[in-house]
Amino acid sequence: MGILIDKNTRVLVQGITGREGSFQVKQMQEFGTNVVGGVTPGKGGSEVYGVSVFDSVAGAVDEVKPNASVIFVPPKFAADSIFESIDSEIGLIVCITEGVPEHDMMRVCAYLENSNSRLIGPNCPGLTTPGESKIGIMPNPIHREGNVGLVSRSGTLTYEIIDLLSKSGIGQSTSVGIGGDPLIGTSFEDILQLFEKDPMTHAVVLVGEIGGTAEQDSIEYIKQMDKPVIAYVVGVSAPPGKTMGHAGAIVSMGGGTALEKIHAFEKAGITVGRSPGDIVQKVKTIL
Amino acid sequence: MMLYEHAAKEIFSRYSIPVPEGSLTTRADDAGAIAKKLGSVVVKAQVTAGGRGKAGGILTAATPDEAVRDAQRILGMSIKGLPVKKVLVEEYKKPDKEMYLGITIDRKARRPIIMASTEGGVDIEETARSTPEKIFRVHINPLAGLHEYQAREVAYFLGRESSAQIIDVVKKLYRVFTNNDCTLAEINPLAQTGGAIIALDAKMIIDDNALFRQQVEEEEEDTLSGLAKKHGMSYVALEGDIGCIINGAGLAMATLDMIKQYGGEPANFMDVRAGASEEQVKTALRIVSSNKNVKTILINIFGGLTKCDEVARAIIDVSPEIKVPFVVRLAGTNEKEGRAMLERLGITFASSTEEAARKVIELGHTYR
Repeated sequence: MGILIDKNTRVLVQGITGREGSFQVKQMQEFGTNVVGGVTPGKGGSEVYGVSVFDSVAGAVDEVKPNASVIFVPPKFAADSIFESIDSEIGLIVCITEGVPEHDMMRVCAYLENSNSRLIGPNCPGLTTPGESKIGIMPNPIHREGNVGLVSRSGTLTYEIIDLLSKSGIGQSTSVGIGGDPLIGTSFEDILQLFEKDPMTHAVVLVGEIGGTAEQDSIEYIKQMDKPVIAYVVGVSAPPGKTMGHAGAIVSMGGGTALEKIHAFEKAGITVGRSPGDIVQKVKTIL
Repeated sequence: MMLYEHAAKEIFSRYSIPVPEGSLTTRADDAGAIAKKLGSVVVKAQVTAGGRGKAGGILTAATPDEAVRDAQRILGMSIKGLPVKKVLVEEYKKPDKEMYLGITIDRKARRPIIMASTEGGVDIEETARSTPEKIFRVHINPLAGLHEYQAREVAYFLGRESSAQIIDVVKKLYRVFTNNDCTLAEINPLAQTGGAIIALDAKMIIDDNALFRQQVEEEEEDTLSGLAKKHGMSYVALEGDIGCIINGAGLAMATLDMIKQYGGEPANFMDVRAGASEEQVKTALRIVSSNKNVKTILINIFGGLTKCDEVARAIIDVSPEIKVPFVVRLAGTNEKEGRAMLERLGITFASSTEEAARKVIELGHTYR
């Protein structure tokens, strides 16, 4: 089980002939993901690791019927690739690309509202359901099947936490990176709702960071959940007014600090971890 | 990237948003010549920081001599650490009424928001806190664009007497906002002088991710942050003595937090980004170690796209130049190869972020 993807998910790779796209196709195949096709305009008819390449998403849909797509194209073409997948009614679109302009993302988000597609990202590592499927770039060996759902704005920090959980014998139902940009397709709350309904998931780890109010916005929903949620927020040591790597990670005009998020969680009675090791301890206690 | 006021006003002029007449100069003497033409003037420090007025960077002058004196005083001063190299000398306009008009991105609503207030010339954040009812907000659907009625609502809120002119400014400012990939386009104050509406100040922040399609001149930043940015990495200077090199922003913030929890002080934030190459890691090491305060260095890599053996090669290559001890944590892609390569150097290893943070602090104590 797990959420959003499984063994039957048919994945299309947009930007499949690029350096990163082709490398990740191989990694996903080794994980067990069913990669059914790829798209690179102008390269239709070729193959990457045995996967057929098409000139357009519509062309791929006709031939190989994907129901999910992962995007590895450069930032200036990313929005166009997302629009193309939405127009072909691909149900799940995962955009790995970092650096998509915010005005492009505002149009994409407005367009998504009247569509049947869900977008995860951009600027995210994708999602993994151990034993089933992986869409994105999370390293293969760190995952382990189990009952903890993980949702995070980060990439490598997510890997660290997954790795620690797995090494401590705690497996994951699904791990989702929602992305480090200010404007993203899927929120913490969207993913929490899916975990709440997933019988495989018994507890959820939420990893947030400075900037915006995405963490606080999820609190009202967490309070209604039956499943326990453990939150972790990084950037306590971040100075105001500086972008900390992720475009969305900035304390601006006195708002969006890590402490204000941690306090909001604690005030709502939600368990907060102080470090990756502490999260593992707290998950152990709960399960 | 925040534009200088003069650059933002040039863009406003191109969209025929009324701005005061003025000229830019780097020399105090020129301020006199400009004032001779314009009469009473305002001399404004050109730096990309707020609070210029409070810092004494905005002065009025009734005569050319005064303008020269003002410019002398302002040129060479520093505002929030930024040296003032240019001043904008503008005709002085006495406002009868000062308003606020700004367009930004509402992250939660994921669309543009126009904000207007009858309280101009003050910090909008302050107004939002103390008298939120004095701010009028309207969201725009980015696919449909700004509707006429929305511009009208904003103008009626600000004042009926000049509504036709304000509607015109709102529509033009929205075009400035969208055409220039702004994350903020702001006029504060938008002033009424006599019967006219005029933008006395102009602030524009352009999305760094959209600079590839915008015609703005990027100034080379002569700082470690600027150098890191040029190499596709992100560096923020901090005040401690532990140099940090990490791949990924979240892991970097977590590492810094952990160092602090254990009683250490990070000297910097440095995200070499996922997929960092050997060359990038070398540059990162040189940037971080060039800070004189750095006594120890922590390298924390969780390889996904980044390969640990490439990181190890970079460390081996640069380590003869570096006089301070390091702690290295390598995990993920090609971890074993990377560690094997480094073992010969006698480097301290850690197997998790927490252990790395503890060890680098211990190392700092023994080294002293």
